[in-house]
Amino acid sequence: MIPVEFDYARAKTVREVLNALSTGEVKLLAGGHSLIPLMRFRLAQPAKLIDIGGLTELQGIDVKGKGLRIGAATTYRDILDSGAVKERAPLLAEATHTIADTQVRNRGTIGGGLAHADPASDMPAVMLALDATFNLRSKAGKRSVQAREFFQGAFATDLKDDEIFYEIILPAPPKKSGSAYVSFEQKASGYAIAAAAAVVTKSRKTITGVTLAITGVGDKAFLADASAAVGTHGEDAELDLAVAGILSGITVNADIHASAEYRSHLARVAAKRAIQTALGRAG
Amino acid sequence: MATLFGSGIKRREDPRFLSGTGLFTDDVKLPDLAYAAVVRSPYAHATITKVDVDAARKSPGVIAVITGKDLVGKVGTVPCAFNVPGCGLITPPHHMLAVDKVRYVGDGVALIVAESRAAARDAVDLVDVDYEPLGATVDPEKAVQPGAPQLHAEVPNNVALTWVVAGGDAEAAFASAPVKVKLRIVQQRLLPTAMEPRAAVATFNKAMGQLTLWTTSQNPHIHRFLCSLMLGLPEHKIRVISPDVGGGFGSKIPAYPDEALVSYAAMTLGRSVKWTEDRSENYKVTIHGRDHIEYVEMCGTKDGTITGIRTKVYAGLGAYASTAAPGVPTILHGLMYSGAYMIPNIHGTIVGAYTSTAPVDAYRGAGRPEATFLIERLVDTFARELKLDPVEVRRKNLIPKEKMPYTVATGITYDSGDYHTAMDKALGIIDYKGFREEQAKARKAGKYLGIGVSTYTEICGLGPSQVAGQIGFGGGLYESAIVRVYPTGMVRAYIGTRPHGQGEETTFAQIVADEFGVPVESVEIVAGDTDNTAQGWGTYGSRTTAVGGAALKNAAVKVKEKAKKLAAHLLEANENDLEWNDGKFQVKGSPAQAKSFGELALMANVAWNMPAGMEPGLEANAFFDPTNFVFPYGTHISTVEVDIETGDTKILRYVCVDDCGPHINPMIVEGQVHGGVIQGIGEAMQEIAIYTDDGQLATGTMMDYAVPKASQMPRVESHYTYTPTPVNPLGVKGIGEAGTIASVPCIVNAVIDALSPLGITHIDKPLTPARVWAAIQQAKGGAK
Repeated sequence: MIPVEFDYARAKTVREVLNALSTGEVKLLAGGHSLIPLMRFRLAQPAKLIDIGGLTELQGIDVKGKGLRIGAATTYRDILDSGAVKERAPLLAEATHTIADTQVRNRGTIGGGLAHADPASDMPAVMLALDATFNLRSKAGKRSVQAREFFQGAFATDLKDDEIFYEIILPAPPKKSGSAYVSFEQKASGYAIAAAAAVVTKSRKTITGVTLAITGVGDKAFLADASAAVGTHGEDAELDLAVAGILSGITVNADIHASAEYRSHLARVAAKRAIQTALGRAG
Repeated sequence: MATLFGSGIKRREDPRFLSGTGLFTDDVKLPDLAYAAVVRSPYAHATITKVDVDAARKSPGVIAVITGKDLVGKVGTVPCAFNVPGCGLITPPHHMLAVDKVRYVGDGVALIVAESRAAARDAVDLVDVDYEPLGATVDPEKAVQPGAPQLHAEVPNNVALTWVVAGGDAEAAFASAPVKVKLRIVQQRLLPTAMEPRAAVATFNKAMGQLTLWTTSQNPHIHRFLCSLMLGLPEHKIRVISPDVGGGFGSKIPAYPDEALVSYAAMTLGRSVKWTEDRSENYKVTIHGRDHIEYVEMCGTKDGTITGIRTKVYAGLGAYASTAAPGVPTILHGLMYSGAYMIPNIHGTIVGAYTSTAPVDAYRGAGRPEATFLIERLVDTFARELKLDPVEVRRKNLIPKEKMPYTVATGITYDSGDYHTAMDKALGIIDYKGFREEQAKARKAGKYLGIGVSTYTEICGLGPSQVAGQIGFGGGLYESAIVRVYPTGMVRAYIGTRPHGQGEETTFAQIVADEFGVPVESVEIVAGDTDNTAQGWGTYGSRTTAVGGAALKNAAVKVKEKAKKLAAHLLEANENDLEWNDGKFQVKGSPAQAKSFGELALMANVAWNMPAGMEPGLEANAFFDPTNFVFPYGTHISTVEVDIETGDTKILRYVCVDDCGPHINPMIVEGQVHGGVIQGIGEAMQEIAIYTDDGQLATGTMMDYAVPKASQMPRVESHYTYTPTPVNPLGVKGIGEAGTIASVPCIVNAVIDALSPLGITHIDKPLTPARVWAAIQQAKGGAK
């Protein structure tokens, strides 16, 4: 469990990071909870690490308009401790609770996890459901990308080699909405076998809108079409129908923990329960 | 003075463990330390055609590279030390480094010694080994079929042993029985996962010809003996020190190649050498547990009387016979086929199979969990077949206390026990009747609640040495202790066992302090160094307190007897006129005339005024060899709810009533039960080591092997009955393994009970949501 030899530098400014990234030889280290295990297994062998853990500019949660701005190197711990997140993005708070354990949440960063893009990780689904915008920077300039365009495949994103994940912008939640995150975890890793993030709006008892994102199932988190739930009261039978087709076009993973059949089933159950819970919270 | 026996004082070892100030093997630092890494086979079974170490030797910081060929004729093989008689056991040579063939992923091929751990690791990648892959065989049942890949030329069909246990006439019983049930049970392979991985530090004093080996050992005296065999160094030239040990669960009993390799390197290179496993290496090469495929049957009469049990078991031993491996699925398993019941007819056949996997050896419970599981599953299946309450079937067949001591059909004699009382207590605590009513209501509402019972007994406190000899165990099973009293009345006790988390530094101090009437802080317990401890056989088989504690008690009694003689002399009184009271010997009727233990310690050690013929000093050693094993027992009951939409099981309550005799330290007993139960729930619910068909360990990290986490586990409600055993002076029985032994069938029975309305009668553990869901789909008539 010893990585190959590498150089290490601790960045003092974002500019310094952008300069280093432009050389193409470096890998960024934030919380390290994805990268360091890979290095220890020698699956990743970066020649140089730039540690961005000390850059306060990349950390913190601010109220921005009716939404939120979250620095990319903000830890899960800080997200859990944030009253603003609980109020304006309860879905994010709920999903963060399910991430790993206390030690990992203390060190792991939201931007690090999103840039890593593990196909079973929780946050991509949350970002899709909340319609987040990611602000990226490089020596050449700034760029914004929608979460819904960002994830490209397993461990693959739109983030370019010379770019740093700078911040996350979350819009205000829709009016009369509720949200829920339901994850069925693989018991060893804690990663989702299948999980669903739902944002539901309602009018009286009737669902007027559903945004549903699924993770753990395919090569990346994705938005799923559960629009058939609109107009219903979210009863079991209605939602069973509404979620029946959410995996169409998706190649479902199978591994030693879950067959494709079971994983598909769990995704539908997670979706149904997330929609029901979100509906119960809407108002 | 209040007695310490029975007092739940805090564990004195915990502050150093919890504050990171213990001294574990990897903490040992020496001025000339070099670091070792092992080049391991990536293939499950292959011929080695080339080992080129040139590039590795030239790698920066590398001191030496040693291959299997380099060792031929210079060292012995890794021994198996449990030569179970009458089973045709074949133990083919296990080389410390593979010479011409590798037999599992992780089999050692070369040893690198370098100036740093990183340099050693880098050089591992530079050793160029050519392999010609041969077929893998990972399943113990398939491995012994004709046509399976042959692992050892000496072992036809990979059959390591065929062992039979028989009592009564099972064939006749089954032929005539009106009721028969059978199951195919898979006791999945498990990874012991001690918190501290294995490690070794060796240093060799060339002038003295003396090897010192620090290593992670549950039994340093056994390791000294086995290292002597492997290295050809006389036993008195080897000092094995097992410092703080971070758990073992059996995995630190065996002799492995690695510790001997490090020793050999130190002896030949003139450098001290350290090796520490990483977790991936630990999962690949440190022993695994269980791995049985069992065909089991039970028969009986319509009133629920069990008349027979029959088994055919395929037990995987892995690639080589590990130190105690042959005894685990045989002696420690088959002899317990009567469980807590009167079963007059028993027949079991155990086939031990070599497979191209990591060696399998004793893992918490070692053979007994497998026995208890199959019996308890059969009892439930038998009851269900008869539409009888599984509790009533148990009540009918449990051995009544009036029959104790009771000799079961396999020939062993249970020393004591009151099984019915323990069961009734557990039933009362969980409100069995009330839960059955709740369950019936829940079923009507479409909810699936279940209750599972496990009434167990187990054999531990290993054991009489005479029996050890009869069953082929290559050592004694007595224990010994030295109690040494200093002039100031402080006491050090040296023991032959090696506690590694069980708390005996505390409980053993309680035993000694009670005997001498001194504060517990005045007593130090010393374990783990073969140069200063008493000869012992180690900590496993829930034997440390039952055997080692008894030896310690006897040594303390000897010291006290001498102190009494000295007191009589100093008080000019007759020994018979003295009584022990509040830490002093007093003259009866004249309590002012007294000598405290402290005064006697001083007078014995200065020896100014000793009685004629009495030697100076105040110390004694004692050996204790029990007349029998001990048989703790009890009843565990759990209640569960299964979400049939996802297959997920929630454990609602877990109640256990255990009887391990009187408790020296009730808090520590409870901790042992909790740990054991959690480990058993892990086995029942989520732990499984999986080899792919080509022999790769698919669960090689904690990302895939589901060690129980606190957040996944229920609260354990611990209760007890207290029945002393007659076989040791403390009356105590082992409690380290009971929780694991009892809990696995307890949980599985509860889940099967919950799902019984669906017609489900068995699901192979671990009962992961995926497996439970698949069984539900099958029961509903095929998956969607």
